[in-house]
Formats: sequence, structure tokens, C-alpha cells
Amino acid sequence: MNLYLECLAALTPEIVIVATALLVLLVDLAVVQEKAAAHRAALAGAITCLGCSLAMVWLALMPCSVHTAMLAVSPMTQWIKLPLLLMTFLAAVLSWHERFTRHAGEYFAMLLLAAAGLMLLVSSDNLLLIFIALELLSISLYALAAFDKGSVASSEAALKYLLFGGMSAAFTLFGISLIYGIAGNLQLGFIAARLRGQPGEPVFYAGLVMTLIGFAFKLAAAPFHLWAPDVYQGAPTPVASFIASGSKVASFFVLARILLTAFPNARGTASLDDFLPGWAPVIIVLAVLSMVAGNVAAIVQTNVKRLLAYSAIAHAGYALLALLAGQRYALSALLFYTITYAFTVLGAFAVVGVVENSGRQASLGDFAGLSRRAPLMSFCMLVFMLSLAGIPPLSGFFGKFYVFTAAAAAPPQLSLLWLVVVAVAASAVSLYYYLQVLKQIYAVAPPPTSSWTRPAVSAQVAIVTLAVIVIALGCVPDLLLGKITALLKSHPF
Amino acid sequence: MLAWTIYISFLAAAFLMFLPGDNPRPAKVTALLAALAGLACALMGVIQCREHAGAGVLTDVVNAPWIAELGIRYHLAADGISLVLVLLTGIAAVAGVLFSWNVETRSREFFALYLALIGGVYGVFLSVDLFLLFVFYEVAIIPKYFLIAIWGSTRREYGAMKLALYSFVGSAMVLVGLIAAYVVAGAKTFDLVELAKHSHSFPAAFQNWAFIVVFVGFAILAGLWPFHTWAPTGHVAAPTAASMLLAGVVMKLGAYGALRVAMTLFPIGLHTWQNTIAALAVVGIVYGALVALVQQDFKFVIGYSSVSHMGFVLLGLMTLTQIGLSGAVLQMFSHGIIAGLLFAVVGRMVYDRTHTRDLAELQPMNLNQVLPFAAATFVVGCAASMGLPGFSGFIAELQVLVGAWQTFPVFAVLAAAGILAGVAYTLRVLLKAFFAEGVVDARARPRCERISLPERAGALLLLAATLIVGLCPRLLLDLITPSLNSPLMKPLWKAGLP
Repeated sequence: MNLYLECLAALTPEIVIVATALLVLLVDLAVVQEKAAAHRAALAGAITCLGCSLAMVWLALMPCSVHTAMLAVSPMTQWIKLPLLLMTFLAAVLSWHERFTRHAGEYFAMLLLAAAGLMLLVSSDNLLLIFIALELLSISLYALAAFDKGSVASSEAALKYLLFGGMSAAFTLFGISLIYGIAGNLQLGFIAARLRGQPGEPVFYAGLVMTLIGFAFKLAAAPFHLWAPDVYQGAPTPVASFIASGSKVASFFVLARILLTAFPNARGTASLDDFLPGWAPVIIVLAVLSMVAGNVAAIVQTNVKRLLAYSAIAHAGYALLALLAGQRYALSALLFYTITYAFTVLGAFAVVGVVENSGRQASLGDFAGLSRRAPLMSFCMLVFMLSLAGIPPLSGFFGKFYVFTAAAAAPPQLSLLWLVVVAVAASAVSLYYYLQVLKQIYAVAPPPTSSWTRPAVSAQVAIVTLAVIVIALGCVPDLLLGKITALLKSHPF
Repeated sequence: MLAWTIYISFLAAAFLMFLPGDNPRPAKVTALLAALAGLACALMGVIQCREHAGAGVLTDVVNAPWIAELGIRYHLAADGISLVLVLLTGIAAVAGVLFSWNVETRSREFFALYLALIGGVYGVFLSVDLFLLFVFYEVAIIPKYFLIAIWGSTRREYGAMKLALYSFVGSAMVLVGLIAAYVVAGAKTFDLVELAKHSHSFPAAFQNWAFIVVFVGFAILAGLWPFHTWAPTGHVAAPTAASMLLAGVVMKLGAYGALRVAMTLFPIGLHTWQNTIAALAVVGIVYGALVALVQQDFKFVIGYSSVSHMGFVLLGLMTLTQIGLSGAVLQMFSHGIIAGLLFAVVGRMVYDRTHTRDLAELQPMNLNQVLPFAAATFVVGCAASMGLPGFSGFIAELQVLVGAWQTFPVFAVLAAAGILAGVAYTLRVLLKAFFAEGVVDARARPRCERISLPERAGALLLLAATLIVGLCPRLLLDLITPSLNSPLMKPLWKAGLP
């Protein structure tokens, strides 16, 4: 078959998503402009969910594998798009009843474009295409963050996100240009081939570090995390949940891909007696700083969204550990960890959204006595918080356990154990602030004059689904892990 | 059969979670039935596995693959030591429900958390896969936090958070050690029996640090001095049933983990640290007893006495003699029963009626007239706690002392002095709380409801358990002693150790 046709077939899910985005815009503009805002949001949301489902069905049923200079579509990349689309789907469901979706068409179209960016990101095989996909994703997210037009915080969040994001894009682009100068090619496999056996030049390391800094901004790893708390707090809650979930998974996946396929020989070591420059020392510094800064700063937060932002920084630190594991474990540990984390944090933000929609804010005190008002939502929040803290039998526990074991087993044996110790200690600290949230929900009496509006059924269904996923993946990790390891075995990259 | 102890507890907890309505009665009845069913399963399991355990063989209950990628299996099995502790859990669970019969606020949630805790404890005692053991161990932490933070009394939020963080730090240390052991063994298994086979090939330097990390990680929960400080505050803050479980079974989780995991996986490390830990255990015995001697809060006395009695368990473990170890396990059982009983008297019978635990305020109330049943129970409980012959504590502490005498005579003498201090604080609290004839003030005499039927039943259950074991310790020792040579315990006795 013609290569173009093959590419077209491989990109069908992306095309479906982009077409849905255009359709949403069109329908909203041409058909329902006169209707009430709630109806418009419901219609646009339904079309969005339909588009995501279509793309997911296609992905699940049509295995496909294409490798060009730009694209590397493999069963692995196709599979990872499933959880990404599921997250988009759930974020769309959670946005239906938000107040800010007055411009429903634009909102859902932006969400879909961001999803298209995610999907393109995971299947690009070329640094330039990776950059373009990253920008498609980021620009959509900047606009989404600003969507709550009535709120100053939302605008501030978007502006901060834009400024930091723009700077990180500049770093990435500059780094890529330096790497191009050395390697003479931007395709990941070629870069690895060109660099093999060469002693690294200083310029190459400068390029590598700059690219990493760009990604560190994107992943909110300390010390490049400063935008995260303001954006998570200010952005509309479903948008924040999307930034924390889908965007994280895809960025981590592509970072792992770059490091493991393009720069496997520039790993370096971080042991003090035998230091070799490379990306491993950079990742270690980022991981330690993120785990410590994220967890310590989270302790003093009084706003739950801000607390989740700092917890996200800490979790980025744990996930970075996975990158340091040996090739065999690195990707499976990273994927399991980030995917389960993404579902958990999506759920946690959804519960925050429910509380906000009932006429409260997102400060700790607003959760007081929630268990009396909404036992089911409270139980789901319990599941999400404990999973984030890493308590078994929830998926967050096995995710952490797997990452830590993988890092400790990285050759040479136990050389990274000190890092695991830091991570375990940090995670022991984290229990404190997750319990603060749960204490408000369960142990503190509700304020006598608080009102409570029942959350929308769609939101409740989405939240319960997420809680079930988090519990199921914790009790039977093989549901997800089996698939990941099978894919990695048949298609190592 | 034994596996059902776990499933029944968790299923009942889940059922209670989704039970509609705020009526406490169905919740209580469900909890009692679940606890009784758990006890019945435990008893039947003991009867089934008795012969195997008596021969020092491990009885497999369930063994199925769980997480293939890391070689983790869902493997439950029991030897005599597990059986004894499962039995203890069953008895303590039933007694705890009986003594929480007066929980009226949010009782559904109370019993759901209570049963989840019990399920986790059963799970720990039956797990042979280290990962599974750790999962159950952590499952038990969170319910404790909520039980104390929601239904507790004095400084409950502080006590609950302190307890949760101490437990979590302990389990974090255990986690580091078990990951390291998994990696170093390189056998792609978390099975304790398999890992124990590698234990003598672990490098000595590795064992030396791994042992102390894992041991202390577990021993924090067993109240090892100086990491015991969560115990008195946690016990005091907890509602009655929770403090019964905390002292009764949760502290045993720590001792059990220390024995099963730390000591068998790292025998060389154990040898290095043996004297240090024995010294800490003796300090715990004496310190706990002396501090208990000067407490003004009734519950603090029992809280510190737990630290002291758990010191005997740790000392027994460190003797590394058959008699010392079997004494340690028996002491786990014995203290579980007796501490449960004492906390029930203090928390449920006295505090829930008089609303004070200050000994100076209790003194003029002349409680032996007001609450004769409570007084009688407490007298017997104190006799058992002091280690009078005829009660389970006597034979347990005697064995520990004999074992200690063989290994470290000086510590044995100091521990015996700790027993004397124990007699002193027990008699002091008995006198002040119930029999202070001289300072009786008729006005201070409280009007109290009578001791209810569930309370009597619970007290009799616990008294019967300590008496039966005290009069016929063979019942348990026949399970414990052969199990010290079970495949799980083999590494302890291999070359290089007495």
C-alpha cells in the first residue's frame, strides 16, 4: 500500500478527534447558538465523548504499525492512546455541568485539540514533530486554563502557564537545535546511531540538558515547578485535572522514549566515585528536588487544589525514578505508575469540582463533614487520597512499589537504593497531608449552615468509575501491567 | 477455612459501608456475627492444622499467582505461631465488639473500620508472601487512624496522627528492607520460605544494615523503647475497642513481623544486633513499669504497662533459645488477652460511666461498691497482668526469663526487677481506682448504669482465655514449640547461632 495511505490509516484516531473538534465548533456555532447554555454544553460534551469513544473503538480494533521518518506508530503507541482518550472522555464528562462552559463549543474543541496533541505526541519519532505536538497540546491547555472568564485567578493561571510554558518551549527548541547540530538528524533512532561510540561533546550535553529542562517544566518537576500550584488552583477544575493527568502521562511517555531510544548511550552515572555525565544525574537531581520540595510544601497548604499541585510535583519525582531503572523495567514501571496516578488525580480533582459546584470553595475547611452530606463522594475521595499516599490495596501503592523495586534493581544492584530511601521517606511524609484532607471529610463536624446541592449524575458516575479503576488496578495490577509487559515484550523500542 | 477469617471480616466491613440508615443495631449485630464467624473459622482452622503445626510443618491455605511480573504470589499458610495469633485475633475481635455495644454515633462506619482492621490483622498473621504480608500490614494502619480520630477522647487528633505517622514510618523502613532483600536475593520471589533459603548467602554487611532497618520498622509497632511514644498517647486517645485492639493485636503485628521477617531473613544481622536490642527491650520493661507507677491517668497506666509487657516479647525473641522464643509467642497471646481486658475495664466499664480517668477523682468514688463486677474483673485482670501462677502471663514471662537467663543473665535479673515494679504499679492503680476506702466521699459517688450483658460476656470470654491458657499452657505450647523449627523459622537455627 502507498505509504501515505498507510500513514492516513495509522492516524485515523487523530483525524477522528480533530474532525470531532471541528464538528463541535460547527454545531455550536450553526445549530444551537440560541439555546440555553446548559443544553449547548450537554450537546457539545456528548459529541466530544462520542468522538473519543469512536477513536477508542478504532484503536482497540485496528492494530496498525507504521514507521516513517516522522511517525512511529506501533501497537504500544496505539495502546497508550486508549487511557489518554479515556481521560479526555472523563474530563469532558466532568466539564458538562461546570459554570464556566458558557462557550461550550470552543471549550470542548480546545479539549479535543489538546487530546489530538497528546495522541500525536506519543507516536512521533522525530524531535521536531515531538516539539510541534507538544506545542499543540500546550497552546490548547493555555487557552483552557483561561476559560473561567469571570475569575481573575483563572486568567492569572493561564498567563503564568503561558509564560512558563513559552520559556520551556524555548529551552526545548534550543536544546533540540544543538542536538541537531551534533547528530545531523532529528529522528530518534538516527540520533542514537550517530552518537554511538563517540565521546560526548560539551555542546551535546548542553543540548541534552536544555531539552530535559524543557520537559521538566512540562512535568512540573522541581526546580521548574513554580507555575504548577497557581495553575492548578486558578484553572477551572476539569482543566486542572486534565493538565495533571493526560498531559502528564503523554509527556512522561515521550520523555522516556527520547531518553531510551535517542540517548541510551548518554545515560551517565550518578555515583560519586565513578561519575559519568549524561541524563541520569540530571534526572536524579530533578527527582530528589521534586520529591522533597513537593512533599514539604504540600504539608502547609490549605487549599486542596494547591495541595494536589504540590502532590503532583512530588509524584513527578517518584515517576522520574522509574526512568533510572534498567531498560527492561523503566518503561513498564513508568507507564503503570503514571497511568494509575493520572486516573487517581483525575478522580481527586473531580471530587473537588463537585464540592466547588455545591457553592463552596476548595479550601480544606470546605470539605468539613463531607462524609455526612455525600457519603459516596467522600468514600471515593478516601480511595483517591489513600491511593496517592500509597496505601494498599490501591493502585497508587503498587505503582510506587513497582517503581521503587525497579529503581533498586537497576544495575549495578542497589546503587540507587539511597534514592529509594529518599522516596520512601518522602512518601511517609506525604501521608500527613492526605490525612488532613480525609480528617476534614470524616472526622470534623460539618458547619451547621452549609448548603449542599446534589452533584450531577454524570459526574457521580465518572467519579465512581475512577474509584473502581483505582481499586481494581490496585488489587489486580496484572490487568494493566500484564498488557504493558506483553506489549513491551513483543515491541521493544 | 483459615482464609475465611480474612474474607469474612472484609466482606462484613464492605457490607456495613453500604448498609443504609443510621440505626446502630443492625451494624452491631453484623459486626458481632462477623467477629464470631471469624473466631469460629480460626478455631476450626486450629483444629484442622493442629497436627501439621504439631509436626512443625507449614499448612498451605491458598497459593496462587498474583502479580506475575515481580513473582508475587497470593500465598496464605499457617504454622503454630500463626495459629496462636489468629486465635488471639479472633478472641480479641469478639471481645472488642462486645465492649463497643454502646457506640451509637456513626456506628456503621465504626464497625466497618473495626472489621477492616481485623481483616488486615488476620491477613498479616497468615501471609507467607512478603509483599502480601506488607499489604495487609499497611491495610491495618488507616482504620486505626479513623477509629481514633473520629471516636476517640483525649487529644484524639494528635494521638491518631502520631500513631498513623509512626506506623507509616515503620512500614516505610520495612519497605526499603524488603525491596533490598528482593533485589539482593535475585530470585524473583517474595515468598518468605524461598527468601529464607537465600538468607545465609546475603552479604554480612548488607544483613547488618537491613536487619536493623526492618527490625526497628516492625518493632516501632511493638512498642520498642525508645520508639514506643505513640503507644501511650494512641491508647489513651482511642475508643475502648480500638485501644483493646491496639494493645491486643496491633502491637503483636510488630512483634510478629520482627520475628517472621527481620529475624529469619537476616540471621547474621540478628547476631550483630542481638545484645543491643535485648538491652533496649529491658530498658522498655523497666522504663514502662516505672513510668506507669507515676501516672495519674488510669488509661496511661495500662498504656505504659503495655510497653513494659511488650518488652518481654522482644526480650524473648532476642534470647534465640527455644524456650525464650516460645515464651515470647505465648506472651504475645497472653498480653493480647490481658491488655484487652484491662483496657475494657478502664475505657468501657469505668470511663464511659464516670467520664473521668483521673485516679485522684476516681479515688473517692469507691468504685468497688458502685461497680462490683468491674472491680472483680479488674482484680483478676491485674492478677493475670502481674504474672500470678494460674494465668497465662505467668508461664509466658517465666519462659522468657529462663531463656534470657541462658543468654544474658544480667538482663534477666533486670527484667525480673521490672516484674517487681509491675506488681507495684498494678497494686497502686488497683487500690486507687477501686479500693480507696479511706478517702471515700459519698457526694463523689457517681450514679451509673449497671454493667451490661455484652460487657459481662466480653469480660468472661477474656478471663476464660487467660485462665485456660494459664492452667493448661500445653494447649498453645504444643503448637508454638514445634513451629519454631518450621520451614519459616529454619534460618534462625542454622550455623553460627546457638
